[in-house]
Amino acid sequence: MNVIAPDAAQPDLQAVGVAKRYGSFHAVDDLSFSVTRGSFFSILGPSGCGKTTLLRMIAGFLSPDSGEIHIGGKAMGGVPPNKRPVNMVFQHLALFPMMSVGDNVGYGLTRRGVARDEIRRRVGEMLERVSLPGAQDKRIEQLSGGQKQRVAIARSLVLEPTLLLLDEPLGALDLKLREHMKIELKQLQAAFGTTFVYITHDQSEALVLSDRVAVMNQGRFEQLGTPQELYYAPQTPFVAGFVGANNCVKGRATLVEGDIVTVTSVEGLAIPARAMGSVRTGHAAEAFVRPEVASLSRAASAFSQGGLPHYRAQVESLLFDGANSAVLLREEVSRAEFRIALPQTGQFADLQPGETVHFGFDPQRAVCFAS
Amino acid sequence: MLMLLLAPALLWLLGLILLPHVELGILSLRARVAPRVYEPSLAQYRTFIDEPLYWHTFVRTAILSILATAITLLLAFPIAWTIAKIARGRAKSLLFVMCLIPFWVSETVRTLGWMILLRESGVLPGLLVSLGITAAPVEMLYHDATILVGLVYTSMLFMVIPLISALESLDDSLIEAAYDLGGNGWSILRKIIIPHAAPGMVAGCIVVFMLTLGNYLTPTLLGGKNSQWFTEQIYTQFITRFNWEQGAAFGFLLLGLSTAIVWLGLKLSGQRFGEVMQRS
Repeated sequence: MNVIAPDAAQPDLQAVGVAKRYGSFHAVDDLSFSVTRGSFFSILGPSGCGKTTLLRMIAGFLSPDSGEIHIGGKAMGGVPPNKRPVNMVFQHLALFPMMSVGDNVGYGLTRRGVARDEIRRRVGEMLERVSLPGAQDKRIEQLSGGQKQRVAIARSLVLEPTLLLLDEPLGALDLKLREHMKIELKQLQAAFGTTFVYITHDQSEALVLSDRVAVMNQGRFEQLGTPQELYYAPQTPFVAGFVGANNCVKGRATLVEGDIVTVTSVEGLAIPARAMGSVRTGHAAEAFVRPEVASLSRAASAFSQGGLPHYRAQVESLLFDGANSAVLLREEVSRAEFRIALPQTGQFADLQPGETVHFGFDPQRAVCFAS
Repeated sequence: MLMLLLAPALLWLLGLILLPHVELGILSLRARVAPRVYEPSLAQYRTFIDEPLYWHTFVRTAILSILATAITLLLAFPIAWTIAKIARGRAKSLLFVMCLIPFWVSETVRTLGWMILLRESGVLPGLLVSLGITAAPVEMLYHDATILVGLVYTSMLFMVIPLISALESLDDSLIEAAYDLGGNGWSILRKIIIPHAAPGMVAGCIVVFMLTLGNYLTPTLLGGKNSQWFTEQIYTQFITRFNWEQGAAFGFLLLGLSTAIVWLGLKLSGQRFGEVMQRS
């Protein structure tokens, strides 16, 4: 029990040089980071990047080979999962099918030896807070996917943990429900104020939900920042490629003008873009142009007047997806494929495959890296 | 069409289960008043109650069978747990085959194996003497404990198999979740694992109990003349005394006993027969 009021500046989770190896494979490679109290922190990465290993080390199911994990300011070395102020929402929720909803939510309190009446009261309150009032006597299989999700969160939050860990809890849901639960999770986190650590391979989940996101790859954090920073100012090619859709052109840096570097591919496609880090002339580089950064025009003059780089291309196919509609183009000289977002004005509603169009973009809004 | 498909099973049920039981039922409910003269009577059942040896043997068989079933469950649970949850890949199949291999040998031979190990001039008493634990070889056969050892050994596989399938279907993340929420080993066993495995456990117990109660060979060989197993009484009536009426009555009493105990076991464990039988 905390007698002294915890310092607000004290991070709820702090990792110092945490590493986990399996043989010569570095699942988690010397990670250090901290998570502010009350924030929503996501770890985003492809499968096999080590995010689950990291989460299981925080929960206490695995112990790090080196480094330390502090939760609520206390070192967690040697503390088993059932003694940590941390609870986890499992990937497939792991609700206890042999118990009622009320017993599921009350399980942790029972283990702590809380009096029966007190458990009943707190379970009732918690179910009300997750919009499932009076569901105590229901069986788990009677619940819908979204309701199960809420029970799993209620079961953890009723214990008032310092940290709530979530292991891709939306992965098993269908698309519509996933979109809905995303919003619900964010609202729940705001209402409870508990620090959430969320792992996912779905960049949209991470961007929508989080205050801060760590993009993880091969056991390391490629970049840690707000969703906006990751999206608009990726620090590594991996982040640029993984977060959001992106058109990538690989080649050599042929011209450096201030912070704008022109990357020219073997096929002769020259893309000017803002350099992230140092990119030197003649060195291998890759440029990224987001679909919504580029714009379309039927006339080249629309770009040449503003002095923007522009290209002629043929429409390969139209990718209609409501507000996310895009067009797939093939640049005329290099035959490189480009995905460009269609504006919502209906201006290009009559676009046909095979048609020749122009596209261009502001080099300041494209990025390039030495590779 | 359905009748045609079911015909072999129905013939089997009718010819080998139903008809003999009807015949035995009629036999058990008559008494011989003169050579080849019979009249309906409850005399066979009255003899069972009046003769203490018979119902002592009956109760003793029931208690020892329940005990053997309980011991089998206790021993089989960690084995099934190891095979279902801990062992991986080759080790898993190897352990399973190790449980299975003894059953390639007939029960008689396996029981004789125990006799070679346990008899006074056998391996184990000899070992105890050479280790200086006992001064002279001890007779380890013909005790109740010996019968239990034999019965548990014979029954093990029939408990391990339903337990493995029950435990394998338990999602590991349920155990982790319970641990994460503050549970410890004992409470997780009691609240998560046992409720999940209960149908499999009950299925294994029913099979083992029935096999044990109806076992003739193991109690006779390992318990000797004093084994006092109820199946021996039935054998004696039918074969030695040629008193089929009495033997039939004993057979029905044993059937009633196993039915009653299985029913009681299902009631006490709160399981349904249909669900349990699907697991066995």
